[in-house]
This record gives sequence, C-alpha cells and structure tokens, in this order.
Amino acid sequence: MNAIEFENIGKQYRLGLVSSGTISHDLNRWWTMNVLRKEDPYLRIGETNDRAHRGKSDYVWALKDINFSVEEGDVVGIIGKNGAGKSTLLKLLSRVTAPTTGTIRARGRIASLLEVGTGFHPEMTGRENIYMNGAIMGMTKAEITRKLDEIVDFSGCERYIDTPVKRYSSGMTVRLGFAIAAHLEPEILVVDEVLAVGDAEFQKKAIGKMQDVSRGEGRTVLFVSHNMAAVRRLCKKGVVLANGQLHYQGEINSAIDEYMMLSFAISSGTSVANLPRTGKCSGKIKFIGIEFLDRNNMPITPHCGQFLRIRLKLNAVEKLNGCRISLGVYDMFGSILTTFPTDVTMDSFHIEKGEHYAILDIEKLPLTVGSYRLLLWSDIYKECADYIDRIIIMNVEQDDFYGLGREIPSHVFGKVVLCEHKWSV
Amino acid sequence: MKQELIITPYHKLWNVDFRELWRYRDLIELFVKRNIVVQYKQTVLGPLWYLIQPVLTVIMNMIVFGGIAKMSTDGIPQPLFYMAGNVCWFYFADCLNQTSSTFTTNQQMFGKVYFPRLVVPIATVLSNLLRFGIQLALFVVMWIWFFAKGVDITLNWTLVLIPLLVIMLAGLGLGFGILISSMTTKYRDLTILFTFVVQLWMYGTPIVYPLSMVTDPTLRACILANPLTAVIEAFKYATLGQGYFSWGALGYSFAFMAVLLILGVVVFNKVQRSFMDTV
Repeated sequence: MNAIEFENIGKQYRLGLVSSGTISHDLNRWWTMNVLRKEDPYLRIGETNDRAHRGKSDYVWALKDINFSVEEGDVVGIIGKNGAGKSTLLKLLSRVTAPTTGTIRARGRIASLLEVGTGFHPEMTGRENIYMNGAIMGMTKAEITRKLDEIVDFSGCERYIDTPVKRYSSGMTVRLGFAIAAHLEPEILVVDEVLAVGDAEFQKKAIGKMQDVSRGEGRTVLFVSHNMAAVRRLCKKGVVLANGQLHYQGEINSAIDEYMMLSFAISSGTSVANLPRTGKCSGKIKFIGIEFLDRNNMPITPHCGQFLRIRLKLNAVEKLNGCRISLGVYDMFGSILTTFPTDVTMDSFHIEKGEHYAILDIEKLPLTVGSYRLLLWSDIYKECADYIDRIIIMNVEQDDFYGLGREIPSHVFGKVVLCEHKWSV
Repeated sequence: MKQELIITPYHKLWNVDFRELWRYRDLIELFVKRNIVVQYKQTVLGPLWYLIQPVLTVIMNMIVFGGIAKMSTDGIPQPLFYMAGNVCWFYFADCLNQTSSTFTTNQQMFGKVYFPRLVVPIATVLSNLLRFGIQLALFVVMWIWFFAKGVDITLNWTLVLIPLLVIMLAGLGLGFGILISSMTTKYRDLTILFTFVVQLWMYGTPIVYPLSMVTDPTLRACILANPLTAVIEAFKYATLGQGYFSWGALGYSFAFMAVLLILGVVVFNKVQRSFMDTV
C-alpha cells in the first residue's frame, strides 16, 4: 500500500525580481489561459535548475517530472546537493505551496517539520507555545493536554516550561519544537534538516524517536538531510535529486553511493571538459582531462607522502604565447592549502595549437588522508583562459609521510599540508 | 479511516473547506489569546492605550469639527456623538488594517507549515473584539454620566440589533481586509493605495457628522452607498436616539457584506495556495 504517490510533479519558479516585467507576463498568461483557453505559455519554457550556470530563461523548474511512490511504513531519505529541489518537494507535500504540474496523493495526516517551533512566540512560555505550535500542526487542545507531560519529558525542558521562550537557548527551542512534532502521531512525518542544531544526545534521541515512529507504529517518514550518517541509520530507502530531477531511487546505501558519485564525480582520468566554468574566460586554453599517475604513468590513487604526477590534458585553440597555468589545493570547505602556479618555477610558456599534456610532479605529496578540492586556472598574458573553481575532488589515501612508521593523528586529516620537520622537547 | 489528500495545481474556485476550518477552531482560539496577550507585553500602560486613543480622538473631533467647523451633532452632546461614531469606526478600521497584511506579516510561518490560512484573519477580527469591548464600555460610562446629568437621550428597542451591527462591522472589515491582503501579495502598489483610501474613507462615513446634515441628494446617495453608513447610523440611533435607521439601508449593508465576504474568501483561498512563491 502506497502512503504517498508523486505523479509527474513539477514546480516552476520565476527568477529575478517582481517588477513591471512580471505584470506583462501575468497579463499574457491570464489572456492565453482564460480568454484563449490554452495552456500556460510559460510552462513550456523554463530550464532545469542548475544553480551555477547562467541560463537563458527567467523560468526554472525547481522540480520536474518527479515520479515516485513511498510505501506505508517506509523511512525514505531524500538527498541531493543544495538546490537540488529537496525542500521544494517537502514544501509541496506539506502544502505550503502548490505544484505547477502533477498530482501528489497522500494517505493519512501529514505533519511537516520544515522548521521546528513554527509559530513560537518569544513572549509566551514553553507551555503556551506547546499548545500554539501543536495547534498549528493540527492537534486539538484536548490532544495536546493529553500528551503534555510526555512532550515536556521528551524535550527535557521541564524546569523552563513556564518561562518565556525568549529565555531559552537555541538548542532548547529545537528540543521543545521537535518534542511537539514527535508526539503528533501523524501517519506521515516529513522532516527537513532540523536536527542540525541539537546536541549529540538530542540528535540521537530524535533519530531514535523517528525510528520508533516508523518501526513500532508503522508510520511513514520522509527525511531530508545532508548528514549521511543519520540518513544511513534512519532510512531504508533513498531518493536522490539532482537539478530538480529524480536521479536515483532505491535502497539507501546505493542511493548514498549515487549521491556521492554525483557530488564527487571527478577522479583520475575523468574528462573535465564539460565541468561548469567560473567567470568570463576566453577558453583559448581549455582543460579537458586530469589524471593522477605514478612515475610510470600508471593511474593511482594519491597517497600521503608518496610521489604523485598530476597530468592535465589541455587544448589550445591556436599557437599561444604568454601562457600560465595553476593548480590549487583546497580543503573541502574551500579554504586554500597550497597552490602550484607555473610562474613560481618557470616563466610563462608558449604552446602550439592542439592537445597537450601539462605534467605536475610532486615528489612527496604533503597532504594527509582525506578529500581535497582542486582549482584549475589558465591565463594568457594574465587574461583568464579557463577556470574550474574547486569542483574537482581528489581523495588522498593514508601513508607514511615521515617514514617513522607512525600514524598521522586524525585531527589533521584533510586539513593540512605536511612538511619535513623535527621537534626537540 | 485514513483521509486521502490530493495535491494538484488545479483548483476549483468555490472549493473552500469550511469543515477543515472548523477542525482548526482550537487554533483560532489560541491565536486570539496570543494576539491579546502579546499586545500588552513591554508596555507600561498596557490596555489603557485602548482608552487613551479614542479619548484623544474625540477631543480632537470636538475641537476641529465641533469647535472650528461648528458641525451639527443632531443635538447630542459632542463627546457622546463623536465617541459613538469612533468606537464603530475604530473596530472596522482595526479589522481592515490588521487583516489586510495577513500574508505579508505571516509569511515566515505560512512558509513552514500548512493550516487553513483563514484562521489568522478570523482570529484577528475576534481578538479586536476585546479592544472594541473596552471602548464600548467607555462609551457606556460616558452615556450614563450624560444621562445622569439630565441630557435628553433615549434608548429604544433597536438596541437589540447592536450584536448584528458589530458582526457587520467585523464582516466588512474582514471582507475588505482579506481581499486586500490577497491582492497585495505580488504587487505591493496596492498597499500604498489602500492605506490612503482607508484614511479618506472615514470622511465618507458619518462619524464626525450626522447623515441628516447631508442634504444634497447626490452626495447623500454616495454616502448611503458606503456600506458602513447604515451600520454606524443605526448604532447612533440605537444608543442616542438620533440617526438614520432604515431596514432597507441595513439590508443593503448586510448584502454588501455577504457578497464581499464570499468574494474575499474565494480569492483568499485561491491566493493562499501559492502566495509563498510571489510574496
């Protein structure tokens, strides 16, 4: 038995500001639909939702052609990058806004936690806010009174329950908000990334509660999160969204793998020709491939402290002088760790028309185990030719940098550049 | 039995779910309480402001319209006359002003959770009743004081209509309010226009002058076309014995209110489905 069915769901948004341009579109739409009785003229246009690329149309599909169903009692994780359409999907399901196309069928009462503590008023006490928030989510006063003790107990805010919520810490507010939602007893619980604020103890408690809700009580849970560990623990199935479209649907571990592939798709030997570029670049020298190799040009995974050859394949549109290229290494948060520009070790070079290799040899890779983002840059007489900004991911494996047979402590993983040194204490 | 919920982009115009609204009656009650409690917070005088505002307005009216313009009050003591009109007008205008920004002031909450949006304006109209009640009590006190002084004011049977008059004020305020709030989610131009219109509207309503003063037939017809006229004149007639009372005019106002409410609810209901995208 399906608890929720999404059928051909689409949601279109118009970008930019509401202004005089909007009114002409509105009038045109009204004229075509209500007078000429044709379909919405702006539904046909619109592009998939790729955040990083400037599109041609003002209309984007935040979601398009979404078809899937959720069985009763399933806990489904919805994962995807920022802007993939996860929250839009939840908004449609919780009726905050209506879809542009398609139908959603849901069996049972839906409680949505797009935010915890919606309607909390800072001047009112915890107890008053429990009633307020519970009623907003569709409970009657009698139901709330019946569960009040349980809610207070679960939130762990008993001592503050008659204090105005403005005196609460943000963690306490979240606890209280989640406690109310957890006691709603909806048939379908929709949870957006709201658990991020609570402390570890509370997150554990919240996830446990969601597990109880699905296992013990046979309810359906839809859970959006970027926390893969939580998703893996909680969900049985997963849905991966990418650019507003359904990318993958299936068992949770394969869904997470799919998602990882999506985000960190670039590894050795991958073509980078079609990656999004940043800024205005002439494209006269274009990066088309990147490989991680050993001394014998065999593909490898980079290892800490070992030799690494990064071979970039580039294409020059004509014979060019005054070229430079640069490769930057960043941590996963995008902060720079080190960079390898050609003009540090050599002068600007010239290049013939056609495809070439640029080879960067690093004798002893100074990076600890973890993932790094790479930046590729090329210019001609200081004018940008190609720029791929921190979307290529390089994974580095553990190895012995210092030759001491010691393990490098985990608190530096993926964060630092190592260098040869010696301490005397 | 599990209810089935179907969410589609299509929407029937007349499909207003009143049963759902009824299920959320507890929420209406809580919103009313919240509106009332929150208004006093962090003020020194608290609900006293509800009295200061009409008193100052009445004094202003006495100076400008009674003193300078020497406008008639149909033989009623000026304070009492102005108070009667202002109590009604304040209630109407409060309902109108507060409900007309329903979508813009609540977008934070509306963007996160679904409940029938009509709950909010209905709660606003109900919580304003408290303020109306306090001001009405002040009016009653004034009335008794003038009566004790021997001023000739007579009550009559139309007093029983007062609850109906209040409902009509609320209905008109709510109707206009939700209509405006629905129309201003996308294009804010109308907000500016409406603020201005409401200010002028007061002068088109017999509050600082009696309808009997308007003798020009065209002008009188215009003022009578204002659905508030019959309500406020009937209120003055019921409480002060002077004013224009006509079943026809009241019937017109009532019909006006009914049509306005239906229209307002339908438009509001349509807009609530996707206003988050444009607000």
